[in-house]
Amino acid sequence: MINPAFSYAEQSGWSILGVSGEVDMATAPRLRQRVIAITASGVTQLVLDLEECDFLDSTALGVIVGALKRLRTNEGHLRVVCTQTGLLKLFDLTGLNNVLDIHGSLDSALGPVLPAPGTV
Amino acid sequence: MSEVVLHIPPKFEYLALVRALVSSTAGLDPHIVPHRIDDIRLAVSEATTNAIEAQISDGCFDPIRVRCALVDGQVIIDVLDKGVGFDPTDLVPHPPVTDPQRLEFERGLGIPLMRRLMDEHEISPTSSGTSVRMVVYTPPPDA
Repeated sequence: MINPAFSYAEQSGWSILGVSGEVDMATAPRLRQRVIAITASGVTQLVLDLEECDFLDSTALGVIVGALKRLRTNEGHLRVVCTQTGLLKLFDLTGLNNVLDIHGSLDSALGPVLPAPGTV
Repeated sequence: MSEVVLHIPPKFEYLALVRALVSSTAGLDPHIVPHRIDDIRLAVSEATTNAIEAQISDGCFDPIRVRCALVDGQVIIDVLDKGVGFDPTDLVPHPPVTDPQRLEFERGLGIPLMRRLMDEHEISPTSSGTSVRMVVYTPPPDA
């Protein structure tokens, strides 16, 4: 198994969870545990950096959807950094490109959260 | 025709090995393009995940058979398990991505993904389990 590795940093008010390696049914629980631990600590702005991620399967997508749900429950935000065509194709095939806030660079993902239209 | 056959224990730790072997074998096809190898890599991982899950739920520890064959103009992948079967028509479709309920669905994307990634995708019950056959067409460039 090509074990995934995780990195963690905080910058510009965002928590950044970096994922490298392959995330599948065998290793997705480890990603889930990381996300749960981060959100349980009170983090409401999370960036998932997938630039060093080599593979995601549908189980991994489920973990990402779960992360989004967890953050939204606490009025938080999830952003994803991804430029890899294979992973972007996966998000597109599953329609998750319309659900996830995907950015082409970490700098872009660390930008401020703008209020939704119509809000004060 | 050339083929590679792999028998793996029904354990998720072997998924990476299956992906590596099958995608490397597919890469030997003289006409396959890189993004199609990526499609095969994901599809075989999904099919093998389902096979392992089926056998785990059935308490079956027999090996799962994964085959990758190169035939003129095609890459054929077969995944065979001896677990409890299922009816693909029983799959619950996911709500549209614009529906907030979509976030309640964290599983169930594997089979729809395989169907979209592969040129052919067939799930067939066998006398002892389930067989999944997936095909990618690899015609010569001028075909």
